[in-house]
Amino acid sequence: MTKRQATARLALAVGDRDHVQGPAGAPVTLVEYGDYECPHCGRAYPIVKQVQKVLGRRLRFVFRNFPLRESHPHAQHAAEAAEAAGGQGKFWEMHDRLFERQFALEGENLIEYAGDLGLDVARFRKDLVEGRYAPRVREDFRSGVMSGVNGTPTFFINGARHDDGWDVEPLVAALERESARP
Amino acid sequence: MARRNAGSNQPLAAGTPAPDFTLASGPDRAVTLHELRGRPVILALYPADWSPVCGDQMTLYNEVLPEFERHGAQLLGLSVDGVWSHAAFAAHRKLRFPLLSDFEPKGQVARRYGAYRATDGFTERALFVIDGNGVIRWSYVSPIAVNPGADGILRALEALTGDRRPA
Repeated sequence: MTKRQATARLALAVGDRDHVQGPAGAPVTLVEYGDYECPHCGRAYPIVKQVQKVLGRRLRFVFRNFPLRESHPHAQHAAEAAEAAGGQGKFWEMHDRLFERQFALEGENLIEYAGDLGLDVARFRKDLVEGRYAPRVREDFRSGVMSGVNGTPTFFINGARHDDGWDVEPLVAALERESARP
Repeated sequence: MARRNAGSNQPLAAGTPAPDFTLASGPDRAVTLHELRGRPVILALYPADWSPVCGDQMTLYNEVLPEFERHGAQLLGLSVDGVWSHAAFAAHRKLRFPLLSDFEPKGQVARRYGAYRATDGFTERALFVIDGNGVIRWSYVSPIAVNPGADGILRALEALTGDRRPA
């Protein structure tokens, strides 16, 4: 059929498989589909931090991988590195490190970060070499495609794609609006 | 860039036979629609080459290509840009699917699909999923500034091929 579609919606609900910051019962959930090598995602990284500070306990933040592999040759590996760190309980630590060191995402850099974060480096290296988390990253990517992700970063607020700007002000305004809903 | 925000054109609807065409896909190459019979075709019209990188529709589709190919579908990009612009754009973005030049007479194919913005001189951001028999099965026009993503295309392909994706 021919139609004009409504705002895209998150096709995969936030669940146990996700990496989450903030309370499960928060009134607002912000989901980001991002790519560790994407410069726009790098710019969004401190913005999200600031937004989290403003909203506090009212916000739950979820990050999912959407590596643009053709444009960003290190994106897939970096996503797998974050997931491998997650396998050792340090997803967010690695997530932050990758965005802060976006200019250094070679294999040796990833190993170095794993060491810095106190991970079992041998296990981390093995996970990367064997592509242990590649299916998981692909699953994130596919869920993003089916949700209408149209570039990186793409944000969803309580399941609806956020098509406005994602500087601090518009993002906070949209989240506050959603949070104030009865 | 555009006077109007949302497209007011009415694209050819589902159930309509897709108008046949032959368009250049390179300096010495061409694509003829009916030669692709037997497999689904995704025809993605977009306003112009060289829109910003990370939010670019063709760049996104290049990444999603394996998902399209799981349905046996052939993706064709189409704009009014000439073959040399397409060639440079495709090389720069490492695109792995053909870009068609609806260049002369300008926008002729887009007009036949109900997706040309005559006042702007470029096509709508319009999507058509055509089945293996050459019939349009889904069409969609996005607001010109909004990259529509790939979910609509994939849902249309799933409906068409009965979700052939392996588990």
